[in-house]
Amino acid sequence: MLDKAPLGVSTIRLTVNGEAVTVSADPFASLANTLRDELGLTGTKIGCDAGDCGACTIRVDGEQACACLVSTGQAEGADIETVEGPGPDGLTEKLRKAFLAHGAAQCGICTPGMLMAATDHLARNPATSRAEIEDALGGVLCRCTGYLKIVDAILDVAGGSVLETPRAEGGNAVGARIARVDGWPKVAGTDLFGADDAPADALWMRVVRSPHARATFTLGDLDAVVAATPGLETILTHKDVPGENSFGIFPHTRDQPVFAEGHARFRGEAIVALVGTKEAVYGLSDTDLPIAWTVEPPVTGVGEARIDGAHVVHSGKPDNVLASGRVKCGDVEGARPTAAVIAEGRFETGFVEHAYIEPEAGFAVPVGDRMEITCCTQAPYMDIDETARVLGVEKSQVRIRPSACGGGFGGKLDVSVQPLLAVAARVMGKPVRIVYTRTESMSSSPKRHPAQVWARSSADGEGRLVSFELDGDFNTGAYASWGPTVAGRVPVHGMGPYKVPNVLTEARAIYTNETPAGAFRGFGIPQAAIAHETLLDDLAEKLKMDRWQIRRINALGNGDTTPSGQTLHASAGLPECLDALKPDWEAALQRVAEFNARSDGRKRRGVGIGCMWYGCGNTSVANPSTMRITLKQDGTLTFFNGAVDIGQGSTTVLLQMAADGLGLAPDQFDMVIGDTDLTFDAGKTSASRQTYVSGNASRLAGEDLRAKILKLANAGEDARLSLDGGTLTIADGQASRTIDLATLEADGEGIVLDGIGTWDPPATALDENGQGSPYGTYGFAAQTAEVEVDMRLGTVKVIDIVAAHDVGRAINPTLTEGQIHGGIAQGLGLALMEEYLPGRTENLHDYLIPTVGDIPPIKTYLIEDAEPTGPYGAKGVGEPALIATPPAILGAIRHATGVTVRQVPVLPHRLWESLNGESGS
Amino acid sequence: MAAYFRPTTLEEALAVRAAQPVTVLAGGTDVYPIRANKVGWGDMHRDDVLDISAIAELKEIEQTADRLRFGALTTWSQMRRADLPEAFAGYQAASRDVGGVQVQNRGTLVGNICTASPAGDGIPCLLSLDAEIELASARGRRTVPIQDFITGYRQTVCGHDELVTAILIPRPPAGAVGDFLKLGARRYLVISIAMVAAVIAADDTGVIHHASVAVGACSEVAKRLHDLEAALLGQPLASAPDLIEHAHFAALKPIGDLRASGHYRDSAARDLVRDLFVRLSAEPKRRAA
Repeated sequence: MLDKAPLGVSTIRLTVNGEAVTVSADPFASLANTLRDELGLTGTKIGCDAGDCGACTIRVDGEQACACLVSTGQAEGADIETVEGPGPDGLTEKLRKAFLAHGAAQCGICTPGMLMAATDHLARNPATSRAEIEDALGGVLCRCTGYLKIVDAILDVAGGSVLETPRAEGGNAVGARIARVDGWPKVAGTDLFGADDAPADALWMRVVRSPHARATFTLGDLDAVVAATPGLETILTHKDVPGENSFGIFPHTRDQPVFAEGHARFRGEAIVALVGTKEAVYGLSDTDLPIAWTVEPPVTGVGEARIDGAHVVHSGKPDNVLASGRVKCGDVEGARPTAAVIAEGRFETGFVEHAYIEPEAGFAVPVGDRMEITCCTQAPYMDIDETARVLGVEKSQVRIRPSACGGGFGGKLDVSVQPLLAVAARVMGKPVRIVYTRTESMSSSPKRHPAQVWARSSADGEGRLVSFELDGDFNTGAYASWGPTVAGRVPVHGMGPYKVPNVLTEARAIYTNETPAGAFRGFGIPQAAIAHETLLDDLAEKLKMDRWQIRRINALGNGDTTPSGQTLHASAGLPECLDALKPDWEAALQRVAEFNARSDGRKRRGVGIGCMWYGCGNTSVANPSTMRITLKQDGTLTFFNGAVDIGQGSTTVLLQMAADGLGLAPDQFDMVIGDTDLTFDAGKTSASRQTYVSGNASRLAGEDLRAKILKLANAGEDARLSLDGGTLTIADGQASRTIDLATLEADGEGIVLDGIGTWDPPATALDENGQGSPYGTYGFAAQTAEVEVDMRLGTVKVIDIVAAHDVGRAINPTLTEGQIHGGIAQGLGLALMEEYLPGRTENLHDYLIPTVGDIPPIKTYLIEDAEPTGPYGAKGVGEPALIATPPAILGAIRHATGVTVRQVPVLPHRLWESLNGESGS
Repeated sequence: MAAYFRPTTLEEALAVRAAQPVTVLAGGTDVYPIRANKVGWGDMHRDDVLDISAIAELKEIEQTADRLRFGALTTWSQMRRADLPEAFAGYQAASRDVGGVQVQNRGTLVGNICTASPAGDGIPCLLSLDAEIELASARGRRTVPIQDFITGYRQTVCGHDELVTAILIPRPPAGAVGDFLKLGARRYLVISIAMVAAVIAADDTGVIHHASVAVGACSEVAKRLHDLEAALLGQPLASAPDLIEHAHFAALKPIGDLRASGHYRDSAARDLVRDLFVRLSAEPKRRAA
């Protein structure tokens, strides 16, 4: 026993998954770290190191525990069970299969924790209920799934009936609910995320960040610190950056330094970095470094940024306006006076944190003159661009190998660790790794833009929209990131998915000294949707119209023209979405009325409705994707897919489309995913574009290979292919031809045939009035939410959601539903609890995201109004899933209480203040 | 690297405690989050660690005729599962609402009071149960009433050479029933905006002869509402919800923070107490064991 005073490493004996092991470790090191670092059991994930997320859940002596809260010393003599083990009576194994079948694992980073919490629960409560499962899983956060499919999977195991997933045959893969093809490693705990792997000799890197929102600083003698610190190899500053000390998204907005140069613009900005042994970089405190700070007053909020004389955050932007966009059509001023009713309001939203459960992590390896970086990312080719610039080398000198990505949602669309690692590995000439802490991830990564939106809407006596105006300031923080995209997308979508003849919408991205705001599921449109949907409810109220009805008569449909002048010739399925959920809407209205009639007034219920649209693909610019399928002499069929799957399922649905393009079954393919040396550029995993854009490229690659095979066999288009080892059979009606692939001429890699597909969505530039066709297609949705409000405490519980989404075609309905569930969960969080306050909510106990107990039942309608330009009719759903939820919830709160909420999140005290006529805080 | 002590006897632990400044580690559910926050901002300094989790004598729950004694290592889950008098129902409810099951399985009742957060869910429960805190040092043992143990925001009377060894709770009066309500912005894993705990005993005719009511997260330290308790005595339990007056809450000094405003807390505390009284007056009374 460790009963005396051992300094440093101790020898600790424990049992792990039934095997006795001995480790040498710092007894205060968390068991999570020891399992991962000393025993190589990286299935136990670290999401927060504070017991807030539960990703590291294991069993200690038969009880679930967060491994990050157990000291290694306390594991002496303990019986430890991790996700790598089978669980009592093979329970974990059963749960793995059920999770896979239900689509309960998306990105997979919370999955080990969920599996262990579920194992623990079922081991002690075999006959369980949904409510008991929720209690058992309450300590594990999932940001992807909305939890419902996880609970369903556990209920299946409890009931002894595990769902079977279908095997898709060649030619009927599209539309099949096959299990995620990358799913087994996620449920087995063997998937390798950014922090799970690195060369054994990799040095560790730790970034020292500004604790001040705005400050100047000078650096003292860092060499002396290095000399005095055993194990510390170097302290990197901006002077160590070989190329440009800047990164960003657009050529004219690369305004963020890798390391600040004498001036920090936000709390969390990188100042210097320590490189050395893990003990050295985590042994030295920031205050041990000679950094002399002069703190200056920061610009906080867009109001401060826009007043005359405000501090100029970036010298090239004297008014702190980074970018702006507008859409103008018709004659708003002339038309508005003709309207029967006018509604107007100001709306406010805060920073929202992505809260992916995997903090940023990765490693860089210098290979000759090249730099190879393995990390979690949503945009490997953009990572190459930024990293090459920072290194001052050609793009061909950088290779990005995406690790499994433990959630992104837009937050891993910017570079984070990539340039830091590249500089460190270049300077050291050795592999270097980094793992952000949760605090560091939250304080340094871009957020959803806080918005201050004014909007005004008008309608005629029948409820037809006459005009819509919106003016929005979006706080882009200290650096540009995706601010210009937000300023561009908001005006296009800001009036909502409606026919409006007269529109003037403007949005600006404003610099402040706050955390940079960038891409987050919807690029500003969720904020704008709160405005347009609330005003639509206002108009309906004034006209004494049903809220569903006013949406239905204004809904954009096939043949309608958008305020940007784009005629939607097809796949504008909002009318169908609204029609689908109309029975649910009417039933909910009646249910709510009956409840309220019986209520003593303490609890009131309400139902709300929200609609959305979202352009799939990047706005008005080329954003092509290229896919390749190869066939070797030995019959090896390989899909080279450069699209990064961040949990949404692109690896699976793109394979389904490639398989149908070719005519062979998905399970006959090997896959190479997202290695920039091996795959073509598929573009970013953003803008709900991979299913639509890369889906087309995948389909075309399959069709290209199929055409070559059919030509070789002189077979007709309806021929059926089968592949058995090196034998390819082409059955064409009664005729059948067999090709021995070994007899075909092969290239140096043994490839005899390949298919390549490239696709770029049709889009045109917007003129100065926002006129043009910025997207190839749009996703549409209508959602209803039912809430119960405690009229005294101001608490809101969402008790039911119905979601109707026009997805064009659901390539894999299980995954499509998963996207919708997860988007709704994030929308619920945005509406009711999520508010990132720099310096105050930099962890997952002060920053709240929904838990398993906060998500209501969700009923989904998949509307398949096929998109002619989409692969098999499909378009995107990733971002559309979130956008309609907050306005539906706000509408429901209003219906329940009579209070119109214009600020989110609707924290209990905010609603209470509105209910009691107090000024909001 | 700092030293790590894991003694198996209290005597050894007290010797370590007296010899140097240490971070006392039991369930780890506060020690590690505090450390994560520091490391996140580059503060790597750490004290030596005194891990008390291997001290068998701190693990016992004892029930005698006149009191219950919860050893310092009693976890939330043990509290939740224990067979206890009805007056503990509130404390047991709080144990179900703290963190997630992972935190309940490791976190200790004593750790919660030593952290002494204004939002510590166990503290109003202990106030409502008239708990005393047992401390030990090489100098000897002493007991301190819970209301004197916590002296301010994350401050206690626990000396630098002392360890809390147990929570002592007098056997509640006959018929006493406890309850607890917590208010937060999400279902699980939530730090309380406000919480209330009460233990009330009524006689066979429904007249209240014992009442203790405490509110947490509405002042630096959770508070008993003595004026309210006085107003309840001798009154029918069924009337308890109607006896609440604003003046009864004068001991509270709620502040605004990122979770709620002070005004809201002030109002919510009254509503929660009223809700609690409604529940207590509606529940069929079970006699204390």
